Amino acid sequence: MSVVTGSSTRFGALGSNANRPDGNAKVQGGFAFSSDMWAENMLWGATMRSPHPHARLLSIDASEAWKIPGVECVVTADDVPGLPNYGLIMQDQPVFARVGDTVRYLGEPILAVAADHPETCRRALAAIKVRYEVLEPVTDPERCIDGSAPPLHPDGNVFRHQRIVSGDQTIIGEIQVEGTYEIGMQDQAFLGLEAALAVPDTGGDGVELYIATQWLHEDRKQIAACLGLPEEKVRLVLGGVGGAFGAREDISLQVHTCLLALRTGRPVRISYSREESFFGHVHRHPATIWMRHHADAQGRILRIESRMVFDGGAYCSTSPAVLINAITHTQGPYKCENATVDGWALRTNNPPCGAMRGFGVVQACFAHESQMDKLAAATGLSPVEVRLRNAMETGDRLITGQIMDSVAPVERCIRETDAIPLPPPMPMDANELLVPGGTGLTALPSNIRRGVGWGVSIKNLMYSEGFDDFSTARCRISNGAVHVKFATAEVGQGFVMLAQQIARSVLGVDDVYLDPIDTQVGSAGSTSASRQTWMSGGAVDAACRAVRDELLDRVATARGLVRQELRIDGTDIVDALTGTRIAVAEVIGDHEIDHTVEYHHPATEDLDENGQGNCHVAFAFVAHRAVVDVDPDLGLVKVVQIATAQDVGRVLNPLSVQGQVEGGIAQGLGLAVMEEIIVTDGKVRNPSFTDYLLPTFLDAPTVDMVLIEEPEPKSPLGAKGVGEPPCVSVTPAIANAIRNAIGRELPRVPVRPYDICL
Amino acid sequence: MSIPNDSLNESYSLNVNGTLREVRDAWLGESLLYVLRERLGLPGAKGACEQGECGSCTVIMDDRAVCSCLVMAASATESRILTVESLGENGRLSDVQQAFLDAGGVQCGFCTPGFIVAVHHLLDQNSDPDDEQIKEALSGNICRCTGYGRILDAVKVAARGRRDGVGS
Amino acid sequence: MDHLLELLADHDDASVLAGGTDLMVEVNLHGRRPGTVIPVGGLEEMREWNHRPRSNSVTIGAALPYSDMERGPLAELLPALAQAARTVGSPQIRAAGTIGGNLGTCSPAGDILPVLAALDATIHVLHRDHSRDIRFADFMTGVKRNCLTPGEVVHSVTVPLTRGWQGYAKVGTRNAMVISTASACLVHDAEEGHVALALGAVAPTIVRAVKAEAWLSRQVDLRGTFRVSPETAHEFGLRAASETSPITDHRSTAEYRRHAVSVLARRLLERSAS
Repeated sequence: MSVVTGSSTRFGALGSNANRPDGNAKVQGGFAFSSDMWAENMLWGATMRSPHPHARLLSIDASEAWKIPGVECVVTADDVPGLPNYGLIMQDQPVFARVGDTVRYLGEPILAVAADHPETCRRALAAIKVRYEVLEPVTDPERCIDGSAPPLHPDGNVFRHQRIVSGDQTIIGEIQVEGTYEIGMQDQAFLGLEAALAVPDTGGDGVELYIATQWLHEDRKQIAACLGLPEEKVRLVLGGVGGAFGAREDISLQVHTCLLALRTGRPVRISYSREESFFGHVHRHPATIWMRHHADAQGRILRIESRMVFDGGAYCSTSPAVLINAITHTQGPYKCENATVDGWALRTNNPPCGAMRGFGVVQACFAHESQMDKLAAATGLSPVEVRLRNAMETGDRLITGQIMDSVAPVERCIRETDAIPLPPPMPMDANELLVPGGTGLTALPSNIRRGVGWGVSIKNLMYSEGFDDFSTARCRISNGAVHVKFATAEVGQGFVMLAQQIARSVLGVDDVYLDPIDTQVGSAGSTSASRQTWMSGGAVDAACRAVRDELLDRVATARGLVRQELRIDGTDIVDALTGTRIAVAEVIGDHEIDHTVEYHHPATEDLDENGQGNCHVAFAFVAHRAVVDVDPDLGLVKVVQIATAQDVGRVLNPLSVQGQVEGGIAQGLGLAVMEEIIVTDGKVRNPSFTDYLLPTFLDAPTVDMVLIEEPEPKSPLGAKGVGEPPCVSVTPAIANAIRNAIGRELPRVPVRPYDICL
Repeated sequence: MSIPNDSLNESYSLNVNGTLREVRDAWLGESLLYVLRERLGLPGAKGACEQGECGSCTVIMDDRAVCSCLVMAASATESRILTVESLGENGRLSDVQQAFLDAGGVQCGFCTPGFIVAVHHLLDQNSDPDDEQIKEALSGNICRCTGYGRILDAVKVAARGRRDGVGS
Repeated sequence: MDHLLELLADHDDASVLAGGTDLMVEVNLHGRRPGTVIPVGGLEEMREWNHRPRSNSVTIGAALPYSDMERGPLAELLPALAQAARTVGSPQIRAAGTIGGNLGTCSPAGDILPVLAALDATIHVLHRDHSRDIRFADFMTGVKRNCLTPGEVVHSVTVPLTRGWQGYAKVGTRNAMVISTASACLVHDAEEGHVALALGAVAPTIVRAVKAEAWLSRQVDLRGTFRVSPETAHEFGLRAASETSPITDHRSTAEYRRHAVSVLARRLLERSAS
């Protein structure tokens, strides 16, 4: 791995593998996740959910539940004091379904109970009688385009319809390739299930919520609105977050937990089970994407046509933004100015879909990378050559009219990946664990065929389309110590470690204290869209610099030094005139300095009706090459190696970047060969870890990586977000490798065994 | 032994981390995971699937690594139970815990305690496992963040330490 | 043991608890309220296995965990059982789960069951007032159904030892910790000149492919070592698959399951002949 960890890097500073401040607690089992929160006199909450994907809610009779000893509260839609609905973009999702209204997906919350024990809650729910008039579910999103579906919601069945019409629409390529691709519904499947503890204020006019979320302030805004409370009466504290990957961006149990606590005047905890978690959060959109590429005889892309249909499920969540990401990434990391794209995000009675790592680009990438291999075949070029020939560069005009002004080392990503050695062939006496099927002993090495496949991607960073995206951080020197505060959700990625690294580097101290992550400081925005290193990193950096500047001002004044000549080097203040060094630790005890800074990224624009506009802030790029072993008779696959070169700008913490890359690859592998929420007639068939399969240790490939460090001038730290790109193009790389091994088209992921062998 | 009944009136004692712990007024259906976390103040074992498909709740029971979510607590009165909280001495990290930090094996940390217990169990039986033995031994512990690469390194670091006589 | 049988006979709501890997899933996920629970894990006689050279058989206690079958002397005697045990759930599940649990639950996807079917295992069942020995073929009666009556418990299982190759294979869509999509166990009895083939997860009960077995016996002399042509092995697989009646569900399709067992049967036969 080519990462810079030169001896000049001070341990704990930027560029080093600093210690995680939460590390000891996490390995010792003492780190408090939101599901570990506990309070004296606490009640347990539980949610009743609709067993039907589409039905009219006729009546609720909770009288038998109230008779059960230990049951303290039952709340329904009638008990919601504020707005009845919430939502990130469109407020269309009810806190609870209302009697007389319809339920729109299987798992929609009907009511919640609070009781003295989880088993009492289960019995209370079992005792409540709810009557429904079952309605025909709309499960085919095409019916929302052709108008044959009845309106499922007062807001209609179209979350967003957006075209991109760019350049010359008349170009007909000498070579044309096309295909229709399907992407299944993936679940984020974080391990730390949804959980929250709500503690009511004495007197009951406010509430404190300990919650695992990606965005404290957005949660607070929506919770307060539904509770009918001013925002300052709702205080959120980040409970330990056991992974997120997009699934904690929407409201799930927040309002329910607060309502029960306010009603009972007692602390209430809700902890979802795995099954409930599958119904309690949004998923990755299943999508159907048609694409046709027009190219010249040399394989250069001239024009792209595409139609994308994203099934948003019952409620809006972030569907419009997911769709925009998908259509604006139609071209992939390739030069092309001419395009016609028609994108739809639609409402059905399927499970609601929203944010998941990759956010719409995963779906688009599976289509364009499948197309690139078809283009390679049609032109007789290798998969590498056809991609190199079209590789995007800084300064290119995109199909949105936006000029690529990020560092864009696409060619380098491909070449560096290509230079990574291929693994040796499987030996004929290979350990059975290396053979597809593993301990199932389904195959011998002689039964196996190897394939190699490529995927290259572009991923936008941060929020798009004119959103005023910012993050806030506070840095202060107090009693001789440096404190940093922010509301950035630490979901596992290690921002807490990065914040300390930034403060150490900027201020020249070794010890940096982090204040609690809560709503007692301004918003940090969401931990999503690969944005926190840039945004909250930028905010922490700016706050620390403000403190440093004032400290140097004061030191200059106090000691009669020339301010402009002072800088911090290592843990010293250095006077360039005299060479005098003063240890920072020596002076900070004399000063109390406090700065809070908001960092905003450059403004972006909405797309116009032709999909034109500077809608994205910045982009990152990555290449993946997958080597797979396939059992063509049984359709079983083992991914042997993923080689990757990723455009990261600058490596701020080598082990963290490596962990993000490997983790993202595992999730992309899951989508390629095993992970899918199977929905039939609006019903989820596999809401458990027995049947929703995640990659295990034995499914994870060897990952060989190169990190390309070309610092991004627009980024405060020179770094690009590294979270999403790894999981974007690894999926098509694996699919292309399987295609390479067996010679089938395989138009959908996950690729199922029977797609390979029947 | 028979365990009848269906309400919150089970009382028994469990041998946890070398100490006899009383459990009172419990429901018979409570798993060992629930009792450890909610009644005995030992939240290190985590629940993520309730059906033995993730390994987050791994504890050692009579020298076997098992999923505590699938142990009926009231049936474990004759067993010696060790949780992640028993590892390391006087608040110091065990060799495996330290290796997870050094190798970058911790992200969100939810799977970590289960992994730590499972790795201790593995290395106590075989201090020189090869890569495939490590992967098979840990194939019941799901990690959603790391893709397992840093965890594999951590196990190898800890194993090397034991072979070289460093650490516990 | 007597006390246990008394309790079982006296409580019609009783569940026998060994590893807990099935019962606790029912409690945790499906709202089952345990009535009277009778733990058997502490009964030494149910956690033992014994090689009986005189009858050339092995008797395995119902509460013996899978991990004890995976390796060691028992695995050398019964390699197919060891291979099947290694595919059960996760290492944690194998440390707790037992052969008695597999028999009590009687899922068509139960990993051990095709081995018991191919080996013609005998299930020893105890009751306070009686005991009986049941052939596996008569024991499993349907999807998650067996012929146990109230008050009965599986005490142990006896399998005959045969001279000849035996092996197990299982298909799942992940390389570890996965429920069987299709499985097969093949046992070659070199003395009798017979091959037994049992198939899992492709019918309500474990299928013994008796017609394919008989067909093979007519094609090939199976005494001692033997050879099969690729064509014979292929047809053996197809004939075996035709004896199954798989379903389509969220885990796979009937067509794939039928195809998969034909491939497994073919490959196992080829391995046994080489």
